[in-house]
Amino acid sequence: MPDTPSERISAAAVAKVARLARLDVSDDEINRMTGQLAGMLEHFADIDSLDLSDVAPMTQPYPLTNVFREDVVAPSLDRDEVLANAPAAEDGRFRVPPIIGLDG
Amino acid sequence: MSPAEIVVAPNDGSYLIDGYELVCGLEVHVELATATKLFSASANRFGDEPNTHIDPVTLGLPGALPVLNRHAVELAMRIGLALNCTVQPSTFHRKNYFYPDMPKAYQISQYDQPINVDGWLELPGGKRIGVERAHLEEDTGKSTHVGGTGGRIHGSDHSLIDFNRAGVPLVEIVGRPDIASPDEAKQYVTELRQILVAVGASDAKMEEGSMRCDANVSVRKPGAPLGTRCEIKNVNSVRSLGRAIEYEARRQIALIEAGESIRQETRHWDETDGRTHTLRTKEDADDYRYFLEPDLVPLDPGTEWIEAVRAALPMLPRERRLRLSRATGAPADGEAVMVVVERGQDDYVLAVAESGADVARALVHVKEAYAEQGARPSVPAADLARMIVMETSGKLTSTQAKTVLAELVANGGGDAEVIAAAKGFEAMDVSALEAIVDDAIAAQPDAWAKYCAGEEKAMGALVGAIMKASKGKADGKAVTALLQSKRG
Amino acid sequence: MSATPSTAFEIAAAVRAGSVRAIDVLEAHLGRIAARETDIHAFNLVTADEARAAATRIDDLVAAGRDPGPLAGVPIALKDNMCTRGVPTTCSSRILEGWKPPYDATVVSRLAAMGAVSVGKTNLDEFAMGSSTENSAFGVTLNPRDTSRVAGGSSGGSAAAVAAAFAPVSLGSDTGGSIRQPAALCGVVGVKPTYGTVSRYGLVAFASSLDQIGPFSADVRDSALILESISGHDPLDSTSIPQGPLDLVSVLDHDVKGMRIGRITDMPEGADPDVLGRLEAAFDALRAAGATIVDVELPSLKYGLTAYYLIAPAEASSNLARYDGVRYGRRVDAVDTNSMYMATRAAGFGDEVKRRIMLGTYALSAGYYDAYYGKALKVRRLISDDFARAYATADVLLTPTSPIPAFKVGEKADDPLSMYLCDIYTIPTNLAGHPAMSVPFGESRDGLPIGVQVMASTLGEQPMFKVASALERHMNSSGGRS
Ligand SMILES: [Mg+2]
Ligand SMILES: [Zn+2]
Repeated sequence: MPDTPSERISAAAVAKVARLARLDVSDDEINRMTGQLAGMLEHFADIDSLDLSDVAPMTQPYPLTNVFREDVVAPSLDRDEVLANAPAAEDGRFRVPPIIGLDG
Repeated sequence: MSPAEIVVAPNDGSYLIDGYELVCGLEVHVELATATKLFSASANRFGDEPNTHIDPVTLGLPGALPVLNRHAVELAMRIGLALNCTVQPSTFHRKNYFYPDMPKAYQISQYDQPINVDGWLELPGGKRIGVERAHLEEDTGKSTHVGGTGGRIHGSDHSLIDFNRAGVPLVEIVGRPDIASPDEAKQYVTELRQILVAVGASDAKMEEGSMRCDANVSVRKPGAPLGTRCEIKNVNSVRSLGRAIEYEARRQIALIEAGESIRQETRHWDETDGRTHTLRTKEDADDYRYFLEPDLVPLDPGTEWIEAVRAALPMLPRERRLRLSRATGAPADGEAVMVVVERGQDDYVLAVAESGADVARALVHVKEAYAEQGARPSVPAADLARMIVMETSGKLTSTQAKTVLAELVANGGGDAEVIAAAKGFEAMDVSALEAIVDDAIAAQPDAWAKYCAGEEKAMGALVGAIMKASKGKADGKAVTALLQSKRG
Repeated sequence: MSATPSTAFEIAAAVRAGSVRAIDVLEAHLGRIAARETDIHAFNLVTADEARAAATRIDDLVAAGRDPGPLAGVPIALKDNMCTRGVPTTCSSRILEGWKPPYDATVVSRLAAMGAVSVGKTNLDEFAMGSSTENSAFGVTLNPRDTSRVAGGSSGGSAAAVAAAFAPVSLGSDTGGSIRQPAALCGVVGVKPTYGTVSRYGLVAFASSLDQIGPFSADVRDSALILESISGHDPLDSTSIPQGPLDLVSVLDHDVKGMRIGRITDMPEGADPDVLGRLEAAFDALRAAGATIVDVELPSLKYGLTAYYLIAPAEASSNLARYDGVRYGRRVDAVDTNSMYMATRAAGFGDEVKRRIMLGTYALSAGYYDAYYGKALKVRRLISDDFARAYATADVLLTPTSPIPAFKVGEKADDPLSMYLCDIYTIPTNLAGHPAMSVPFGESRDGLPIGVQVMASTLGEQPMFKVASALERHMNSSGGRS
């Protein structure tokens, strides 16, 4: 684990994260975010020294298992009502710009 | 799974391309035959008007929450048990990536704790292909690309999204890289398809997309470490699968022979030019940020449910082939048995035999004449049985039998005696035929002597005379058999 | 108008009895909204017409001799992150501006079925991320007790709506303190129930394993009434506990004699002396009422903030990925889908939301999962284990709700971390999934409300409400001075 704020996260890493999260951010914003994230990660370094090797992760607060629904059809939402909320629709479908540039 | 963890069954050396072994593992997605989606109650139905099977969960509306379909779990268990897997407690993860037909921008899928693990599928010839896991996940919607050429993504003006398929339950069956030839790959998929249909888990139609197959292909010199693999997508038929694997193996070999290295990438099979093309490289693969789906709870079917599902499994294709093979004497991986079991007509063949007919003849007739009939042929088993009895008792020649059978199939059954009579096929019983044969031998002693001395050609003259005397009603095969038995 | 009853309990009783009309109750509240809403900005949307129609239907039922239900004619304000069919639900975000959900959240349909009348959708920090309701795309909600100060957050609009008597009760959602902290800052009661007691179906997700819906009210009894009404199993939420509604109103008159009240000896520091003073007064009041004060240690509590600010943003980064401009909400057009995603999300989300999406995406990403998200889940377990030990000796724990009273608008706007520290006492219960509530318990020297937090173990709502009720009785009997 790196131990100075600037080593905790680089501008390049922040830019990569922004791309993963599909957020268009300017270089200025990247720099500002890098400082803020580094500061937070520094604050969150308090758990670094904990020995957690024997601790099971806790993902849910109330332990339930086997919650099912039966395989019974319920009516569909009304297509017109749903498409009325869509930014763009055509022929009963949602319209999007050409699907390119999605990988990377 | 990283390549280092892969354990590959040794190639027995029977299939090599230019001195290279093929190492292939298949990932097969099958849509489950449920009434509703994996996590919501809108209908799981193919081919309807776009966006008519949608609900808040399917569309990933804000505030929507998934609830697991019990029947989908049961179908997944049937698949796992039919593939000799261990069914175990499991969990669901989110696989995060953006794509317009992926409504929540994450797919709910099973990750490190899948419901089914460590099974195998046995090919008809007996080779076992390992099944690493068979897990539950949800399907995506469907994109249609408008404008440009041929509905392809590149060059299109825009795309239209239909979410009817989004959320349909899938089981992804991840095979181990035990496949050593394109033919084994085809056998694997064919066998898997039959198993899925047999257990009622899916209609498994590759052409309609309810069964989709990706192939991981690499090559290596025998004994060498594993080569870099490429994943081939968009294979839409069993035939294409064989072609795509063959092509990809040869492409990789050509690269290696040219001294170049193989890039790990996802490739797209193009049916029209018979080639694979780069879809995306490993470098720009997304970081899926898997984490446990907090909106779902763990799944633990428990022994009782698992054993109930196991007990209710029908007889699987392999066992049905063995049963038919034992009954008929035909080989279990021979064409007749394979074809008839694949069509699901083996029960029918056995029913024909039950009605008193020779089971081997029944197998041959059904295989030949029932291609258009499904698992429940329209000809009553007893009707076919009666026809076969006429044939084996010599009342019909094999040619006549085919004619009568064609009539039975066309009419959905009928009385073979009536059909034969109507066609003027007169009865020629065994004693009558034997008398004619004896006459012919007596009339041509030279030919008989030559035949008895092992000169097979000499039989022609005898048979010709017999056929003439019987006015063509003698069965050629029966005549040959009689002559052979009299020669001793 | 002054003749109309003021609490939900009284309103429902009077409307059902036919002694007061629902429409008159509603008009009294709409009148107060008309008078003060421009100064407070509790609402993103006041649905006066729909509310009048609903109130009239209830009066018609009463006139016809039918019972409109246990919440007959009770005006209620809904945090604008709960889906209301055909009524805009924005989460105070540009990215959902104009979206009309095609379905109702489970809590919304339950309240309507019981005769409650929704008066509108209240302001919040965008997607419930914040502690001041300053992170709203539609403006700040101000504290009705001092309009130079924040109402707290993220459910600031719902807290302010009750504090300003725009509605007797409201619903908020609490992921790390978003009901309790604004309740404390506005001087009202606010409850976060046990995770799984109130359906999350139709609540726009922030952090799925932490989010719970709960009530605000002027007094403890109304919160008990509303929580009874909205709790109970929902088959549409897989994390919903399979049990019936909570039984709370019946325990409010019970005394606290013999109850064990836990004092956390290693509580995170940094609380305002006035706040600590009121906490001591609360211990004194309960001791005087016959309870025993016991010391408990929760050594992992101090890591709660870290665990929370890794877990909640991680879940949020995934939950908020669906706002992509494809199916609903705002889209910024672009030449291809990927550019459309990038532009839409950049324009649609505010700074704090982006910050948390970035933090959460990072915490989950390849190479960092184990160091951040994975580790945080283990710390969550440590905290939960600490609580389990504490609740072996104590029935409830008492802490401040907020380390400080309401702060000035803009005071913490440039320092995300100091804002995050507002939730230092409320966060641990969300991590553990336990119930906790804030009860008004006096004021600071500046006359600002101070709340005390009563925490209990899983499904410990009854002891929690008993203690809250005792604290309230104490305040009422002492005229608010001790
Ligand atoms: Mg896969
Ligand atoms: Zn898959």
